[in-house]
Amino acid sequence: MRILTGNDLKTGAVIWWTGRGWSIHVEDAADVGEHGEAILAAEDGARRVNGGYIINADETPKGPRPAHIKDRIRALGPTVRPDLSLKPADPAAGEWVI
Amino acid sequence: MYQYDKYDQAMVDARVEDFRDQVRRRIAGDMNDDQFKPLRLKNGLYLQLHAYMLRVAIPYGTLDSRQLRKLAEIARKYDRGYGHFTTRQNLQYHWIKLEEAPDILAELATVEMHAIQTSGESIRNISADQYAGAAADEICDPRPWAELLRQATSFHPEFSYLPRKFKICVISSPADRAALRWHDCALRIVRNEAGEEGFEVYAGGGMGRTPFIAYKIRDFCPAAQIFSYIQAILRVWNLHARRDNIHKQRMKILVHDLGEEEFRRQVEEAFEHFLTLGTDFPQAEYDRIAAYFAPPPFETGLPEEIDRTDPDFALWVDQQVIAHKAPGYAIANISLKPIGGIGGDVTAEQMEVVADLAKRYSFDDVRVTHAQNLVLPHVRKIDLYAVWEALREAKLADANLDLVTDVIACPGLDYCTLANARSIPVAQKIQQRFADMDRQRDLGELKIKISGCINACGHHHAGHIGILGVDRKGTENYQLLLGGSGAEDTTQAKITGPGFDEDGVVDAVERAVECYRTLRDPGERFLDTYRRVGFDAFKEAIYG
Repeated sequence: MRILTGNDLKTGAVIWWTGRGWSIHVEDAADVGEHGEAILAAEDGARRVNGGYIINADETPKGPRPAHIKDRIRALGPTVRPDLSLKPADPAAGEWVI
Repeated sequence: MYQYDKYDQAMVDARVEDFRDQVRRRIAGDMNDDQFKPLRLKNGLYLQLHAYMLRVAIPYGTLDSRQLRKLAEIARKYDRGYGHFTTRQNLQYHWIKLEEAPDILAELATVEMHAIQTSGESIRNISADQYAGAAADEICDPRPWAELLRQATSFHPEFSYLPRKFKICVISSPADRAALRWHDCALRIVRNEAGEEGFEVYAGGGMGRTPFIAYKIRDFCPAAQIFSYIQAILRVWNLHARRDNIHKQRMKILVHDLGEEEFRRQVEEAFEHFLTLGTDFPQAEYDRIAAYFAPPPFETGLPEEIDRTDPDFALWVDQQVIAHKAPGYAIANISLKPIGGIGGDVTAEQMEVVADLAKRYSFDDVRVTHAQNLVLPHVRKIDLYAVWEALREAKLADANLDLVTDVIACPGLDYCTLANARSIPVAQKIQQRFADMDRQRDLGELKIKISGCINACGHHHAGHIGILGVDRKGTENYQLLLGGSGAEDTTQAKITGPGFDEDGVVDAVERAVECYRTLRDPGERFLDTYRRVGFDAFKEAIYG
C-alpha cells in the first residue's frame, strides 16, 4: 500500500493522511493508491502539511507499517527514548520499528 | 567572556523580529516552503524526523551560568526537558514547534545568545580549545581571536552566500583538543623566533563523504594580518568553488583539486591585495575584545594537595581532572557519557546543577567540548570534592574521559533526517560491553566515534575506532574504521572491510580491542599499537 506522511507546519509533528485529514498515528493512515501526488499538492497548498511525501507500507493486522525503518522511527519516536514515543507505556513498541 | 554592546544586541534583537515576521508569513501562507526554508535555516531551525530542531550557537564553546540556566529554561518550557550538545560545541533542541521558535530566539537574545549561522552556507560557529584560558600548555587565550573573527564574519556580505558551509577553529596549544586539521580553516597561535604571536594557518580539511586533512599553508601569519589572510582564503574559494555540484562545493575539494602549492599561491596573491585594504583588526579593537577574556582573579597560596581518601573521588580525579595553568586550580571535565545513556544529552535539571557549580566554583564559566562533554575550567583543587559530590548527586560524575565508553555519537536515525542508521544504540551497546571500570582504565585512551551517515557529524573519520552507519537495502549496516585521530597527530581512519549489523559491529569493536590488548607494548595507547603493528593485523583479528 502507499500512504502519505509529512509534518505539521506549525508544530512539526509527524502526521499521516487518513483519507479525510491528518493523524499523528500511523495506524490511521489510508492507502492512497495513485492519488498521492494530487492529495499532497492540495494539502501542501492549504498548509495542512509540510514536506509531505509518499511511502510504501505493509498492511498488517495492527495497521500500516512503513516499509523503511526511517519512517517507522518517525511513526513511533526515537528508539532510545521510549518515554518520548507515542507509546511510552508499551515496552514492546520498539520491536515494531526494528 | 565577551558581552554584547548595544550594536550586538540591536542586531540580534532585529534578527529575532525579522524571523518572527517570516514565521508569521509562512503560517499565513504568504510564503511557501521553498521560500521559507532558507530563512529558517539561517536561524538554525531544521525540520528533523519528529519535529523542528533548533541549533543554538555557543561561540567557542563558552557559556556562563546565566546562559546555561536559560538553556535549561528553554528545554523545560519549549522542548521536552533536555538538550543535546553537539560536536561543534553547540546545543540542539529536538522537539521545537515552528510557531514558538521566534519566542525561543527572543529568550536567547536576553542572554546574548542566538542561532544565527548554525546552518546554511555560512561561516559556522567558530570552535576553540575547550580549555582556553585555563590550559597549562597554551601560549595565550585563543578566544579573543575567535570572537574577533565571529564579529567580522557575521552578516558579512561576501560570506553570507558561500558555496557551502565553512568551519573555522582556533587553538593556541601544541596539544590539539579541537580536531584542528579537520576544519576548512584552522588557526594555531604560535610564537616566531622573535617572540611575536602569530598563526600557523591550515586549510582544506573536513570530514563528510570526502574526508581531507587540512594542509598547513602558512607557517606564520602575523597576528595583525590574520583577517586579511582569512579573507584571502575565502576569496579564492568563493571565486573558484564548484557551485554546480553539491558534493564538490566544500573548500577542501578546491584545495585538493588545485593542489597545495597552487592553492597557497592564489591565497598569497589575494592576501597581498587584502593587506592594501586596511581591513585587519586594529590593535585597539583586539585589546577591547581581549579585555573580556582577561584571566579571572585567581587566588594565590592555595594548596596543591587533593584529599584522595574517597576511592571513587580519587578515580574521578585521575580521569576527569586536568592540569591548570594557575597554581592551586584544576580543570574539571564533566562526562555526559553515562553507561547506556545518550551521549551529549543533558536534562534541564542537570544544566542547572552545572550552572550553579560554575557560578560557585569556576568563576561563572562553563565550556562545551567537541566530544560532547562539559568543563568547569577554573576550579580550586580544594573545591574538587564538593564539585564531585554535587555532580554525583546529579548523575554527572562518570569517570570515563577519553576512555572506550566516552563515545562520540551523532543523533543518527533516531532524530536526524539525513541519517541512514542509528548511532546512539550502537554507542550504548559498546558502553555496556566495556562498562567495567577496571577494564576501561586498563585499555586507556581509546576514542570511538560513530556517525549515522556519511556527513560524519560523529567524526568517525577521526576515531581511533570509527563506525559509519549506512543503509543496506533498507536495513542498518555499520562499517568499521581504524586508525583515525583528531588530535595533534591527525590521521584519517581506514575502512576495515565488509560492514556488520548492530550487534556484529559491537563484537568487531571488541575483537579490535582485544587485538590491541594482546599486541600492545607497555605504555602504548590503542592508536600507538595500531600504527606500530599495522592495519592487517587488526583486520585479521576482526574478520578472522
